Amino acid sequence: MKESHEQRRAKDGLPALLHEALGTPDDGGAKSGSGERLTHGEATSRPLQPPPPERQPRGAKVHHRRPVDHNEAAQRFIDAPRHEKMHDERLWDLRQKRDRQMHGIPEWETLRELASSIKQHTLAHLGDHLERFEAQASANGIHVHWAQDGAEHNRIVHGILSDHGARRLIKSKSMLTEETGFRHYMQGVGIEVIETDLGERIQQLDDEAPSHIVVPAVHKLRSDVAEVFARTLGTDPNNDDVHYLAEQQREKTRPLILGADAGMTGANFAVAETGTFVVCTNEGNADLSANVPPLHIASIGIEKLIPRIADLGVFIRLLSRSALGSPITQYTSHFRGPRHGGEMHVVLVDNGRSARLGEVDFWESLKCIRCGACMNTCPVYRRSGGLSYGATYSGPIGLILDPTFDRRRYSSLPFASTLNGSCTNVCPVKIDIHKQIFAWRKALAETHDIGLGKQALMKAAGAVLSHPKLYRAAIATADGALKVLPDFAVTNRLNTWTQGRDMPEPPRETFHQWYERTHGGEEGAQ
Amino acid sequence: MRVALFVPCYIDAFEPEVGIATLKLLRRFGIDPEYPFDQTCCGQPMVNAGCHNEAKATEELFVRNFAGFDYIVVPSGSCTHQIRCHMTAIDQTEEVRQVRERTFELVEFLHDVLKVDGFPWAEFPHKVSYHNNCNALRGIFHGSMSERREPPYSKPLNLLRMVKGLELVEKARPDECCGFGGTFSVFEPAVSVKMGQDKVRDHASAGAEYVVSADSSCMLHQQGCADRLGLPLKFRHIAQVLNGDRA
Ligand code: SF4
Repeated sequence: MKESHEQRRAKDGLPALLHEALGTPDDGGAKSGSGERLTHGEATSRPLQPPPPERQPRGAKVHHRRPVDHNEAAQRFIDAPRHEKMHDERLWDLRQKRDRQMHGIPEWETLRELASSIKQHTLAHLGDHLERFEAQASANGIHVHWAQDGAEHNRIVHGILSDHGARRLIKSKSMLTEETGFRHYMQGVGIEVIETDLGERIQQLDDEAPSHIVVPAVHKLRSDVAEVFARTLGTDPNNDDVHYLAEQQREKTRPLILGADAGMTGANFAVAETGTFVVCTNEGNADLSANVPPLHIASIGIEKLIPRIADLGVFIRLLSRSALGSPITQYTSHFRGPRHGGEMHVVLVDNGRSARLGEVDFWESLKCIRCGACMNTCPVYRRSGGLSYGATYSGPIGLILDPTFDRRRYSSLPFASTLNGSCTNVCPVKIDIHKQIFAWRKALAETHDIGLGKQALMKAAGAVLSHPKLYRAAIATADGALKVLPDFAVTNRLNTWTQGRDMPEPPRETFHQWYERTHGGEEGAQ
Repeated sequence: MRVALFVPCYIDAFEPEVGIATLKLLRRFGIDPEYPFDQTCCGQPMVNAGCHNEAKATEELFVRNFAGFDYIVVPSGSCTHQIRCHMTAIDQTEEVRQVRERTFELVEFLHDVLKVDGFPWAEFPHKVSYHNNCNALRGIFHGSMSERREPPYSKPLNLLRMVKGLELVEKARPDECCGFGGTFSVFEPAVSVKMGQDKVRDHASAGAEYVVSADSSCMLHQQGCADRLGLPLKFRHIAQVLNGDRA
């Protein structure tokens, strides 16, 4: 910028412009026929040019079987400062709204405790509650299916759709179907899937995974959405007005919804006592998916169970307050059975959940109600974006769930945390998230899954730090200290400390040397 | 009362004046702590990276150095947290259990054990932004946390309010992590640096001249970020301020 400014000055000999964006060196409109720059009002009062659009940073690069490089993707996100700033501030705003809701409820901490113990109880007796749910749901006229894993889930749903000759499926947002690679599978068998949640629809059109479990397109600027819609829906690429974009999307998608053969939803809660399930949305799109077509399929993870309808209130009070800082979602829809002449199916999906239930250190992650509060509060997530994790689940909950799906590929994720503990404090069901992140590091180190370099480094550090003489010799000089103290140890090799920080000043002498020289300051020396 | 002083490795190496201030401050309250000569580190760097086995010998050495004292005082919230909550690589003998239970962070020791009611020698006529280290805040509960519905309290601020002339300023995000995070600062430099930059800008826009904390490690990181951005912030450990440093 500075250079072009100088050049312009040199070229036309005019005083520098106060606002550089007011003119560009080759701005023909501001020149007279003889090439002189015009100085009268009209020519000098050209509108400020908006800065060129910043390209949306994409997510982590996925290499088969290689651990995700979160830092690399995070750096690209941070290098797009408008995206990073918007993302950080938008989510911090949700966190603050959540705090205000919390302060409005005197029994907040008691509610969390209650929610946690209801979930603990349910998980401890999960088999019983699932059987009860199945019996009650069947009695309500729901067809209940069981899927061991994602592939089986996809096959079951495909089977149901084929039985009905369904070609087009409308669905509301579901993290479970992200786990199972559902859209991809359906594409392969020639069934069209239309997402009805606006954020999820944006992500679908952009062929990108959701970056957040509640607000899937939160990492996108308006201009990014305008670009996606222009490319896929044929809207005006230069119009990024929110109302225009939402309206256009609605106009283009409604006919598809009305002509759909089947609808799919997830569920936020499944009630064992009644065999019913509950879906919470803000757009009412789950109701469209469930009620417009005659066939409704609900995919439900087996951890979504709660025992009684009376327990529901505890979770409803916590869910939207924690997620978005609003007292309740716009729609809390209860589904009890097929409507007259229609059909309803529930697919109960395990996909690694019962194995996780057997993990002493990690089973508590199954309490998760997918509110996203831990992501909103996470200072790392806010600054790196959900796609930088290269996994279905991102942010704190992702760090502890993803390694259960692919231990090697996601072995790096538990290190994408400062262990600050804010996530644990906001979690409405009191999952000790940061302690599980810590426990994952230990578990991964025990099986040598943290990278050989890192482990060798720690071994070397441990050897020096456990031998007073070696330690003294090593830190006698600042240089040596930088090599041996593990937090700084890799500085010289990877040169990461100095990337955006200056090095600490080398001290004159260590505390130990001072103590030795002055006998603990008794001799009056400083 | 036998009191031992543990000077964490990075204070020993990079911030010796923090160890000296801690020692002198305790002496002002009539406590002459012993300084076990063979001390090195609490094992946190390795444990933070998941490498508990690699930390075993260091933890053993720590217990050998500090067994038998009534109190072990540490001018670091994060090392105290490591010792109290994570020193589990070694067998949990009675001796180990005692060492872990008897370890106190300096602010806790002054506030909860000595229950001090003043620092008449101290004066710090500056605008101060206090930085809560996350382990000190959410690990050993130095104060109330913004995410929780609990009555507000803060042990370090209670102490700093007793210092003449010291004016506390409020940040926009009072207890957001600064991005140090131990090995995080090295393995995730992109986010670590961004968090540090955001943190020092928050201190600066709150009008702070000084940043004070009970943890030197966060401050080393923040100082590096502030220097790089050219922000004129100065960093002091709470021990230095309470011991009477005026600048
Ligand atoms: S772990 Fe807790 S805070 Fe995070 S999404 Fe799940 S329920 Fe919400």
